Amino acid sequence: MSIIEFRKTSKHFGDLKVLDEVDLDIDVGEVVVLIGPSGSGKSTLLRCINGLEQISGGDLVMDGISVRAGKKQLRLIRQEAGMVFQQFNLFPQMTALENVAFGPRKVRGASAAEARKQALALLEKVGLREKAGHYPAELSGGQQQRVAIARALAVRPKVMLFDEPTSALDPELKQEVLTVMRQLAQEGMTMVVVTHEMAFAKQVGTRLIFMEHGKISVDGNPRDVIENPPSERLKDFLQHVE
Amino acid sequence: MQTDWSVVLTFLPQLIAGAKITVQITVIGLLGGLILGTVAGLMRAYGGRVLNAVAFAYVELIRGTPIVVQVMFLYFAMPVLTGLRVDPMSAAVLAIIVNAGAYIAEIVRGAFLSISKGLSEAGLALGLPQWKVLVYILGPLAFRRLIPPLGNQFIVSLKDTSLFIVIGVGELTRTGQEIMAANFRAVEIWTAVAIIYLVLTGTMSVALRMIEKRMRIL
Repeated sequence: MSIIEFRKTSKHFGDLKVLDEVDLDIDVGEVVVLIGPSGSGKSTLLRCINGLEQISGGDLVMDGISVRAGKKQLRLIRQEAGMVFQQFNLFPQMTALENVAFGPRKVRGASAAEARKQALALLEKVGLREKAGHYPAELSGGQQQRVAIARALAVRPKVMLFDEPTSALDPELKQEVLTVMRQLAQEGMTMVVVTHEMAFAKQVGTRLIFMEHGKISVDGNPRDVIENPPSERLKDFLQHVE
Repeated sequence: MQTDWSVVLTFLPQLIAGAKITVQITVIGLLGGLILGTVAGLMRAYGGRVLNAVAFAYVELIRGTPIVVQVMFLYFAMPVLTGLRVDPMSAAVLAIIVNAGAYIAEIVRGAFLSISKGLSEAGLALGLPQWKVLVYILGPLAFRRLIPPLGNQFIVSLKDTSLFIVIGVGELTRTGQEIMAANFRAVEIWTAVAIIYLVLTGTMSVALRMIEKRMRIL
């Protein structure tokens, strides 16, 4: 059953075509890894799903709601599609706990006690229960990103969108974030991940999509595609990221 | 040249009364200016084309004309145009509101726009409406960044009240002028007036610095 449906979805920035009539169905439980050279449209594709970028043509339906349906519907989509950013974007004036409790409080209307309890459980899950009272500036990049994952999960989304979640991290800090993501995939979360971590794609991904010039040029099983790249361009790309 | 500092003591009650009026104009004017400036600044930063244009026109109009001309306009020209007479005190307060509001609008706009776009996106991505992102996420951050430039504007506005001498408001400078006209004790009186201004602006600086210290700027 597909939860995200791209229907000839296009996105232009002025004259620049970033997404060119993309057709794509993502099913519940899939872990889709998006790769491609910079400017190929992978981040834009991700950001169109929750309407952070407005699509310019075609349609995009997320959990039965079109991103073009209106502001209110867009907020419903965003509640069902959690997002994790390359730059973490934790709210700096709030502690880790407050960051995670914020969504349930202000979006889902949970009580303070309820939100707190849930936030502590999520921090536990990402291994940061003891950092609950710390501010983002007091945490390492890897810890911040794990808090950001917990913050997105707190709204209880059906889908998680990851926009290069480990690109801003030192190699030794990437692993702790990837571990949390792997765990999430094992629990059956539907995930769309823009990344250059090919090991993660191979182990965790159920599907690999290679984008070029705003189009999907390869779409297949990660292991097959990585081991036998069907195009010269992808072969070349894989050599550069590994 | 002989100075006689005892005249300062003689006229101190009058000077204090003038200073009170100065403080009154400043405080009410700045409170109003803060509200007007915040609204105009947010219109500049987040308003649609129309709201943005209205706020832009206001800011440019006020920044582009001297405050003396603004208060003269309010006090002398407005009654002719609208038939509504205002007393000098109201004209003075109104002038500070309108004038400080324009500068504060730019301060507010700058503070909000200086906050990384990513934080706003993070709030929106959780499913919050834009206004909640402004109130709960950007507002508290922008407020911290507002304090230093706002302190500057508060001091400027306090000193600007001295220009209302032109419409005859009995504030501190006007009071000094009147005392001086009667006894010609220029050195003593203007020294005293200057010191009172320094005490007022100094108090403001200290208060703002204390607020600043309490809040980490993020």
